Formats: sequence, C-alpha cells, structure tokens
Amino acid sequence: MKRIVAREEFCIGCRLCEVHCLVQHSKSRKIIKAFRDEREKVVPGIKVESSGHVSFALQCRHCGEAPCIEACMTGAMARDPETGVVLSDPDKCVGCWMCIMVCPVGAVARGANQQVASKCDLCIGVATPVCVANCPNEAIVLEEDDE
Amino acid sequence: MAGRKWLLEPDFLVERDPDRCIQCQVCVRQCANDVHSYDADEEVVRSDSSTCVGCHRCATLCPTGAVSIRRAQLEFRPHGSWTAHALRSIYKQAETGGVLLAAMGTDRTHTVTWDHVLLNASQVTNPSIDPLREPMELLTHLGRKPDRVEFHKGDARKVVTKLEPQLALQVPVMFSAMSYGSISYNASLALAQAAKEAGTFANSGEGGLHQDFRKFGGSMIVQVASGRFGVDVDYLNTCAAVEIKIGQGAKPGIGGHLPGQKVDAAISATRMIPEGTDALSPAPHHDIYSIEDLSQLIYAIKEATTYTKPVSVKIAAVHNISAIASGTVRAGADIVVIDGYRGGTGAAPTVIRDNVGIPIEFAIAAVDSRLRQEGIRHQASLIAAGGIRSSADVVKAIALGADAVYIGSAALVAMGCHLCQKCYTGKCNWGIATQDPYLTRRLNPDIARRRLVNLLQGWALEIKEMMGGMGINAIESLRGNREHLRGVGLSDRELTILGIKAAGE
Repeated sequence: MKRIVAREEFCIGCRLCEVHCLVQHSKSRKIIKAFRDEREKVVPGIKVESSGHVSFALQCRHCGEAPCIEACMTGAMARDPETGVVLSDPDKCVGCWMCIMVCPVGAVARGANQQVASKCDLCIGVATPVCVANCPNEAIVLEEDDE
Repeated sequence: MAGRKWLLEPDFLVERDPDRCIQCQVCVRQCANDVHSYDADEEVVRSDSSTCVGCHRCATLCPTGAVSIRRAQLEFRPHGSWTAHALRSIYKQAETGGVLLAAMGTDRTHTVTWDHVLLNASQVTNPSIDPLREPMELLTHLGRKPDRVEFHKGDARKVVTKLEPQLALQVPVMFSAMSYGSISYNASLALAQAAKEAGTFANSGEGGLHQDFRKFGGSMIVQVASGRFGVDVDYLNTCAAVEIKIGQGAKPGIGGHLPGQKVDAAISATRMIPEGTDALSPAPHHDIYSIEDLSQLIYAIKEATTYTKPVSVKIAAVHNISAIASGTVRAGADIVVIDGYRGGTGAAPTVIRDNVGIPIEFAIAAVDSRLRQEGIRHQASLIAAGGIRSSADVVKAIALGADAVYIGSAALVAMGCHLCQKCYTGKCNWGIATQDPYLTRRLNPDIARRRLVNLLQGWALEIKEMMGGMGINAIESLRGNREHLRGVGLSDRELTILGIKAAGE
C-alpha cells in the first residue's frame, strides 16, 4: 500500500498540512468557511511536531500489525481490506481511548466532540492526500511500500 | 517598536484581509523578520510593517490569499532630484554613520540596453527553420581555439593540431559564481545537480568546494579569488575549469566580507579558515599588479592542473574594458568572463553597486570588436554576465559577441528568490542566502534542481525558436552575428559601440 513518508530535513514547520487536512475533513471543504464554522469540530489527522529548528509532520503509519486494531474492544478500529488503510468507525467507537494508549507514534487523537477517536484516513477518495499535495517543500511524500 | 529608526518609515505596507484570514499562523511561522505575530489573548494574527522587506514569503504561503504587500503609501512631496530613495538613504546613513549595504544587482533605473535591441527573422527571401522538425545545435565549446588547423603531411585526413582543453555546454547558459557561505548548502547543491543534469556548469564562487560537491566536479568551475579560500591542488584538479576572479560586476574594485557568524563548521572546513572568523577577500589579488602577474597566476594554475583544464579570468565591466580584456587574453586566459554592472552580489556597498562599472551590453560588444580587430578573438571564449534575465537576453548577448552567458540572479529567482535584496542580513526567508538552520531547510534541493533544469530547458527551446526564425541552425553561426540585431531608441554613438544598425536600416 501507499504510505506517507515525512522528510524531516525539509519540513519548514508551516503547518499548512494541518490546515488542509482540517479543510478536507470539514463539511464544506471550503477553507475560509471551514475555519470560521468548523475549526473546533474537526481535528486534523496530521500534526507537526517541532523542537528547535527540527520539525516533521506526523500522522497514522497504518501499521502492518496495528496495535490500535488489537486493542480496540468494539472493532471500530479496523483495516479496510481493499486499501489496507486503518480506519476508525465513529458509529462503533465508544471512546475508551485504548487506541490512543497503544499507538506507538501518538497518531490517534480524541475527536473534536471528545467522544470518538480521530485519525488520518489517507484522504479516502482522493488520489493524493491533501497534506502531500499541499506541502510547499515536498516534506511529506506518498511512497509505495513493498510490505 | 524597539530598534526602529525614528526617521525611517517602513518600505512596505502589509495588509491583512480580516475576512480571509483564518488565523492559521503560517505567516507568523514563515517570517524571519518578525513582521507577523499571534496575539493569543485576542486570538488574532497581527502584522507590523516596519520590518517587512517585501520578500512575499508570507503572501505566497498564505492558504487563503489574505496577506498582500504594497509599497509604503506614505509619499514624500514629489521632487525630481530629491527622490524618496535619496531621502531615505540620507536618513539611514544619518542614523547609522556607516556604509549602506545592498544586495543583488543594482535596482536603479539606468537604461537596460537589451530592451533597446531587437532581433531579426526570416521573411520570403530566406527560409526560417522549424526547430521542432529540423536539427538545431546549441552545443558550445569554451576554451582556446587553435590559430590554424594543421594536417599530417603523409595523411591529409589526420589532424595534427592539438586542441586545448574545452568545456562542452549543451546550452550556452552557465550558473555564475555564488559561494557556499553566501548561499546555503542546499542552494549550492541544487545548482551543482542542475548543471550536471542540464549539461552545463555551475561555479563554486570564491568560498571553496564542499567535499559533498566534489562528485559534481565534472560540472563545476572553481574560483580562485583574492582571498584564496579553499584553494589547494585537489580543489583545482577536481573541477572542469578554474576561474580567477579579478572583479565582480556588482562591486568592481571591492573585495568581499563573509561575516564570522556565517562561518560554521562546514563553511570553515570548506574555506579552510577558523570557525567563526570573518572571511575577508581583499580588493586586489596581492600578487597581481599587472598583466604579467596575471599571466604568472594563470600559468601557475595550468601547471598545477597539468594543462588539462581551461583557465578562465573574470573581470568586471569597467572603462577601457576592451584593453583590459585584450591584455587578459594575451596573459593566457582561455575564457574571459565579463561581468556587467547589473550583476548581483550577496553584499556590496549600495553606492558602489549603483554607480560603478558599465553595462554588459556595451562591454561585450566592445571587447568582441577589439579582440577581432587584434586577431585574437579565437584565443579565448567570451562569457557575458550581469543582468541576463531571459532567453532573448542570451540570444542578444551571443549575437553581440559572447560565446555563452552566466546567470546568477535568474537562477536564484528560479529557486524562489523574490529579489528583496536583503541577502546580506542572513535572514533569507526563501532559504537561499542564509545559513540559519531554521531557514536553509526551506529550500528543498530536489525542487530547486528541478526548477533550474526547467528554466534551462525552457530557455533552450526559446533560443532554438529565435534562431530558427532567423534561419540559423547552429548557435556558432549566431555568435557575433550583429547583422541580426537592430537598435531602437539608441544614439548613433551607442549604435556604433554596439556595432549594430538602427531599426529600419
């Protein structure tokens, strides 16, 4: 499957990936409207971590052996059999946060309503995830993984 | 507003459209000049125009187009002589008492002669050539050509004349000297990679050649300047050609100064100077006070490289340039680079940048004419540098007598430079003219390399189109072919020096 790879040496810490992720996962998908009306309602699935001049964009690695899927007691966290993408089903999630506890990279967050888990879905239905498409320095790239 | 000079108004006005701003703070994170800041109490991003340099980094990255930058609207009472530029310069100087610094090429509005020269095209009496259907040759060889070609006495098919070393260019455009130190590691890397990919040459500048770039030696020209930074026999032998830098178009007669704070471990190793020390290039080479001295250095370098590499000499376009160039050729230079007064720099005194030297258009034409008159034009190739902005400028430079051109500013612009002319502050928001690790990572060398190669490819196609229009199918036939140029809005004297006719003739 395709995975997003962060190239930390070129991350400029602008956080445009977070901005575009939020817009993509908003209802309107219009940047100004999304930020005006839905800023508190959507949690971006990508987060820029930084320390000094070093920064990189972090999101779900869609692990081959995903601890979050193992830990999920309701089956909300599951792998899409076709794409291999790990997705959280909000209808099944009960907010026990075990996925957050076990995620080795800290890529799962509580959703804006604080009730269900929220994470990167690799932009379902979009050829190139918006964070990759909009990174001004190609610090996030989509690469085919042989796994 | 700490640090603001009290008589100096801002150069630019930063405007933020409150309807479009989404408070994402991208601008805050991108401005090295601290123009934008986030007020957490009021949850709003604010801008302070006083330190804006007009580099457009914030406006370019703003995802909603909320930021715009205008010239400061505070107008002085109009005055033909006491312009805003003149007044501001005095305010600044009265405040600081120092030499005013500038960077890139001069921004003064002297006539750009390229724009007063027009190209020819074939109509009816001679056919034009379609470069997409017919072969079109841009291959250019730089170096000393033989006085005559001699053949073997027994077998006339064998040439016995030995050709001096040559540089082969797939496109007659090279990247001019920009040292590692004045520009970042990533920018230097992108230039070297792009030169290799495009079949041309990049120039190390006077700051030595980083070990990582030695693998691009076949596509690099290395410089020996008055500071002799990073020069040893390996440096000379790792490259394709060696260039002795006598002068620079932006600052003829002036040396260089890389401040100690930019001399980190890598730059110190490359320049072979202690870490943190100022890298001072003297104004003259202290061993060159005459053409004979120059000849000694040229031949010292040829000895060191066992006569396998062409030696180039770069001089700034100044008065009597044709006599100087003639002497340089006679001193043994295989390539003469002439850098016009619009050439760029990382830092120069503003008064020098804006007032010293002559335009490259006149210099290259005068030098080509003089070398032809003296019968020594074939002994050296001529490179025009300083203010080449487009493929049309390249064609005009070659038709005026150059073999190829150097581009510096145009290459930087291709990488993202917005010509804010603040290279000397070390705060380049585009990650080019800086060594700050926060800023250098902004230039991804993969992207920069791609953009540089695209620029050269685009120019090569355009040059072929222009040549085809004139009915010329090899760039060699264009060199010094001034019959294909006509001047508009130029005086008789200017036309004579350029060696071209007026439009309509």
